[in-house]
Amino acid sequence: MDWIDILLKVVFAFLMVMVVMTMAGYSVLAERKIASWIQGRVGPNRTALPGLSSIPVLGPMLVKMGIWQPLADGVKFLFKEDPIPGHVKKFYYVLAPMISLAPALITMVVLPFGVYYVDGQAMPLVLANVDIGILFILAVSSLGVYGIVIGGWAANSKYPFYGGIRSSAQMISYELAMGMSILPVLMWANGPAGGLGDLTLYNVVTSQQAVWLVFWMPVPAFVFLVSLFAETNRMPFDAPESETELVGGFHTEYGSFKFGLYFVAEYAHMIIGSAVFTLLFLGGWQLFPTFGILPDWVANPWAGWGWIGSVLSVLVFIGKLLFFIVFFIWVRWTLPRFRYDQIMNLGWKYLVPIALACIFIYALIIAGWDLMVAVENTPAEVVQPDGQVVTQQEDLITH
Amino acid sequence: MAKVVERKPLSFLEKTYIPQIVGGLTITLKNVFRPKVTLQYPEERPPIPQGYRGIPALVKDPHGREKCVSCQLCEFVCPPKAIRITPGEIAEGSENEHVEKAPEDFEINMLRCIYCGLCQEVCPEEAIFLQGDFNSLVGTTREEFVNHKDKLYELGGTRPDEHYKWDKKKEAAEQAAAGGHH
Repeated sequence: MDWIDILLKVVFAFLMVMVVMTMAGYSVLAERKIASWIQGRVGPNRTALPGLSSIPVLGPMLVKMGIWQPLADGVKFLFKEDPIPGHVKKFYYVLAPMISLAPALITMVVLPFGVYYVDGQAMPLVLANVDIGILFILAVSSLGVYGIVIGGWAANSKYPFYGGIRSSAQMISYELAMGMSILPVLMWANGPAGGLGDLTLYNVVTSQQAVWLVFWMPVPAFVFLVSLFAETNRMPFDAPESETELVGGFHTEYGSFKFGLYFVAEYAHMIIGSAVFTLLFLGGWQLFPTFGILPDWVANPWAGWGWIGSVLSVLVFIGKLLFFIVFFIWVRWTLPRFRYDQIMNLGWKYLVPIALACIFIYALIIAGWDLMVAVENTPAEVVQPDGQVVTQQEDLITH
Repeated sequence: MAKVVERKPLSFLEKTYIPQIVGGLTITLKNVFRPKVTLQYPEERPPIPQGYRGIPALVKDPHGREKCVSCQLCEFVCPPKAIRITPGEIAEGSENEHVEKAPEDFEINMLRCIYCGLCQEVCPEEAIFLQGDFNSLVGTTREEFVNHKDKLYELGGTRPDEHYKWDKKKEAAEQAAAGGHH
């Protein structure tokens, strides 16, 4: 690898962190605004930047939308006194917010967020197109719970401790349902949809050209979405935080920028979660599903448009992602919190069995599909280590 | 007699929570498009109801005479002892010479005032009013919260007078002096 390649990767990574963190900051604003609207209020509409806000029409409009509020919040968090209470375990207390944020930033390495074309060949816009894509995301994003558990334990007082315990229990319960709800998707992507036989999210997205999986697999999609709410500790599953019972839950003892990190981490996890849902079930950056009737170009109308097409595909992806962030917020300000035992009930007694049943049913359907339809397809050619080209059917017969 | 409340078992759909969640989401979505109830405070002011007890202030009559005669009734009645009056004489030759007295200084400590309105009720001269307004009470020191005489008159302004008690008294006295009729 050339040094310029490495430099480019670093620049891209930096850009992506910037974009995701900005989006996390502005999701906080969206949260406050939408909460206000739902409750008949206006939301933050006063923060003004000295120079920019005096632009005739645009300035006051931006101020009304609260565009500068996240900036002010960030500056506030930065300049507040950062006390460390005397009774905490200092090393872990400082470490925990970082652990909470880091997984969200790491998972976005394998998130494809758009498509570009080289000689008519579609390539994903992604920092690292790793074969194990979705496994990587599942593995790393669940590390985020360590931030909460360690934070709750390091704070060394009872309410944060409860928050940490609840968080770990919740994570264990829902991680299972989440992982299992993805299996039908991967079976589909690598089976009848003619995938390449790997776990990259790009593969999953291209397999959805005919039909977005949210239409074809609504139940796994629902299970995944519910688990996503639980994993990101959002209402109605915010038992780890539950400010009405546990003061502030795991972050009771945190203040200023460390609290800010927790806060941003929650939103970063939300963004990554929404992105994964979009990729797995909502066709990623594709504009419309073809449903097998419409011409193929409706999925990627920008295929021949060069870099403009790439930008458009990214915008479509971000649009779908934003819809989910708004949905997260909307749900939060609608539903009350589940009781702790209800959370456990829902996870173990309903979501896990449903996910298992889905695996079973879709496995049957996909196997049947393969037997009925896919056999007629041209068998794939496999190059063996000795250079001999073998078609897969011969392969099956000989071995 | 104890009444037995019959609780129907939840139907399958209700057990999934989904219809209720969808219902809740529709309600909150409808709320988004309803008019906002927020009052943009410094720019918009709330309507103040009749009889609202705001900041106590001294008033002048339409001729510009300060009505307080420093009888100190309000000072005595004030439950939290927020009022302190320094009585003073009216200078000879002033056009208000016929009035009994006037306060040299009139202090109301807004850190003590409880807005009970007893001072307004007790005042025989109708000189002190809890104006139907809450002028923003802001300050950084204790001294700033003590309203002195000039501030009190500035807050109070002028009120219509129905009696002109002292003018009538003066007239009566003048008529009596001129050998008035009875």
